[in-house]
Amino acid sequence: MSSRLLINKTYKQFIGGAFERSESGRSYPVVGAEGQHLAHAVQGSRKDVRDAVASARSSQEGWAGRTAYNRGQILYRVAEVMESRRDEFCAEVLRATDGCSEKAAAAETAAAIDRWVWYAGWADKFPTVLGGANPVAGPYFNLSVPEPTGVVGIVAPDEQPLLPLVSRLAPVIVSGNTAVVLASERCPLAAITLAETLALSDVPAGVVNIITGHRDELVPPLAGHVAVDSLDISGCDSEQGAAAARQAAATITRVISASTAERQWADEAAQSPYLIDAFCETKTVWHPKGR
Amino acid sequence: MTDRSSIGRELEPAGEFSLDYAPAPESTAPVRLASQYGLFVGGEMVEPAAGGMAPTINPATGETLAEVSVADAADVDYAVAAARAAWEGGWRDLPGSERAKYLYRVARLLQERAREFAVLETMDGGKPIRESRDLDIPLAAAHFFHYAGWADKLDYAFSGRRAAPLGVAAQVIPWNFPLLMAAWKLAPALACGNTAVLKPAPTTPLTALLLAEVLRDAELPPGVVNIVTGDDATGAALVSHPGVDKVAFTGSTEVGRAIGAELAGTGKRLTLELGGKAANIVFEDAALDQVTEGIVNGIYFNGGQVCCAGSRLLVQESVADAVVGKLQKRMDTLRVGDPLDKNTDIGAINSQAQLDRIQELVASGVAEGAELYTPACVLPERGFFHPPALFTNVSTAHRIAQEEIFGPVLSVLTFRTAEEAVAKANNTPYGLSAGIWTEKGSRILWMADRMQAGVVWANTFNRFDPASPFGGYRESGYGREGGRAGLLPYVELVA
Repeated sequence: MSSRLLINKTYKQFIGGAFERSESGRSYPVVGAEGQHLAHAVQGSRKDVRDAVASARSSQEGWAGRTAYNRGQILYRVAEVMESRRDEFCAEVLRATDGCSEKAAAAETAAAIDRWVWYAGWADKFPTVLGGANPVAGPYFNLSVPEPTGVVGIVAPDEQPLLPLVSRLAPVIVSGNTAVVLASERCPLAAITLAETLALSDVPAGVVNIITGHRDELVPPLAGHVAVDSLDISGCDSEQGAAAARQAAATITRVISASTAERQWADEAAQSPYLIDAFCETKTVWHPKGR
Repeated sequence: MTDRSSIGRELEPAGEFSLDYAPAPESTAPVRLASQYGLFVGGEMVEPAAGGMAPTINPATGETLAEVSVADAADVDYAVAAARAAWEGGWRDLPGSERAKYLYRVARLLQERAREFAVLETMDGGKPIRESRDLDIPLAAAHFFHYAGWADKLDYAFSGRRAAPLGVAAQVIPWNFPLLMAAWKLAPALACGNTAVLKPAPTTPLTALLLAEVLRDAELPPGVVNIVTGDDATGAALVSHPGVDKVAFTGSTEVGRAIGAELAGTGKRLTLELGGKAANIVFEDAALDQVTEGIVNGIYFNGGQVCCAGSRLLVQESVADAVVGKLQKRMDTLRVGDPLDKNTDIGAINSQAQLDRIQELVASGVAEGAELYTPACVLPERGFFHPPALFTNVSTAHRIAQEEIFGPVLSVLTFRTAEEAVAKANNTPYGLSAGIWTEKGSRILWMADRMQAGVVWANTFNRFDPASPFGGYRESGYGREGGRAGLLPYVELVA
């Protein structure tokens, strides 16, 4: 038997393009499908959330200012890098998911990669489909375009480690939003592995920030943060989601949650240009016509 | 009726010539007011359960126009049940082409009775007849006409998705554009196959109640639209009613926050159209005479009681004096007075409470050191009136530069570079509208990209159209009204 000892990975949070432990110095054990110890994940703090929001805020204008073609290529690059590390994602999903077969893990990974490709293609098309010229009753040029809302807080769903997260994240950032993701508390490791692929995919630092830890501690500072412009509470239970929505109401932050149909994560229904739209504002510009 | 000759305005000569206009009051003959109004529920006018009534007054005279029902929780419950029954009893299953025909009928009936609606709108709300006649009522009819056409074309509205109705929509509307806001709410809701309970504002219920007549004349099935008049408690009972599937609210950001908190965790869909503090940005190369008219329209339209009013004038330093001079000269010619007079530019403020708020904020501007200009004009002795006002020497920290005044009060600030204009324009929690004035096309587009605002008017201001989405960024709310985007708040998209 080979005597070489494996090098285990330290799963850190992803904030502002860097992999960092929590400022609080805490961690929590993550167990696999059969109760085996997998790793210690960072137990993020409210200050980590605030740092992540600050990072997302400062990178938002630049990300939204990229051309649609550029954002599309970067999302496609995420798929390329994930594909090259497909075995690692499959193993990650398999270890984390109760009763998961290798085939199911492979299917989830493939679907997650394909979802990036699908949304990559929308980057330079969704404004055409969602916006356009409005035929107003007067001599005016009038055009509506969807624009990103800004910083989006995403509470990632718990039911699977990878595909739900990608399904909620990709439509948020494709339009030029930046994101602060609270990874699944139960299965956060795939989210950090995803962060590693994002870091290799030309996604600018701060566009996606991923915090791991306890939901009860992390959702309130995210939902109540004045710089968060939209909130996806798909990963919250009903009580936690209601509390988050009450907090969000104080700053008129829109709150979105995946519908039952969208939670069929592998289905066509889980991906939609209207999910991009849900995290966009419509801006309408008028100008008179004249000689 | 009022003796209108007593409300005439007198104009101080504004320089070398004087403009005197003979009174030209619009006739109130088309309006037939009842002394009391019930609630419109299940296709009939019904008495409120507890019998609560409140007067609605003409803000230009203080006279009571009629007594209007104040719906309580039991009345709201009854109205929601009627809306539910109408939805389940057929409206949701009616072919879109048939829903369309009802809405076309409503549009046509509004057009037929446009003058009556315009006069009543002006009597109940205080806005100049010129505005209710030329904007509010025609646009309300146009909204019904526009959305009528969507009712049987929803399959073409959303790529790869089918649009299903939500159920019962609770709709709470403000007093500044009473009938128009009713149209903005009802037309898309009905087109998409929902039924509705509409709650008009306490001070302006009469055109909504006249709309009930139109809906009956259009033979709209009973219960598809229910109209419950009342106060804030009525509105609160409606939005929190468990039988409601969707809430649409237009009004203050403060109430919007409360509704958002109230609805948290209920699964009800919510759209909000809230306050604003729009920047109207003037660059030195703009056509300054055109700009002057645009600024006046931006802030004095409907007496500034407009959520998207251009209440912060940002003017490039090099032309600030010239623009303010032109503005003051133009303000001197604005006619404040009888809203029913066809020459009136600024009518009555909607209520004593609103006038108090405007006066309080104007006083704060003076106290904080800004310089106030108002033209010399004689206000009517009765009713609620405020002259057009303009503040210079305004700092961004002043309350008049930050808070929504909702009155004919303009705050002037200056900037040097386009970057500074962007920073100042976006320096507000609101994000409803913005104005840009420059002759340089590339600058318009550069600025428009950077405005955190749902509607950007370039070289124009305060334009509205049923085909054009309207709604805010940030604390001005979420959701759009108008156009295809205006359908989304009233449908569930299914694969």
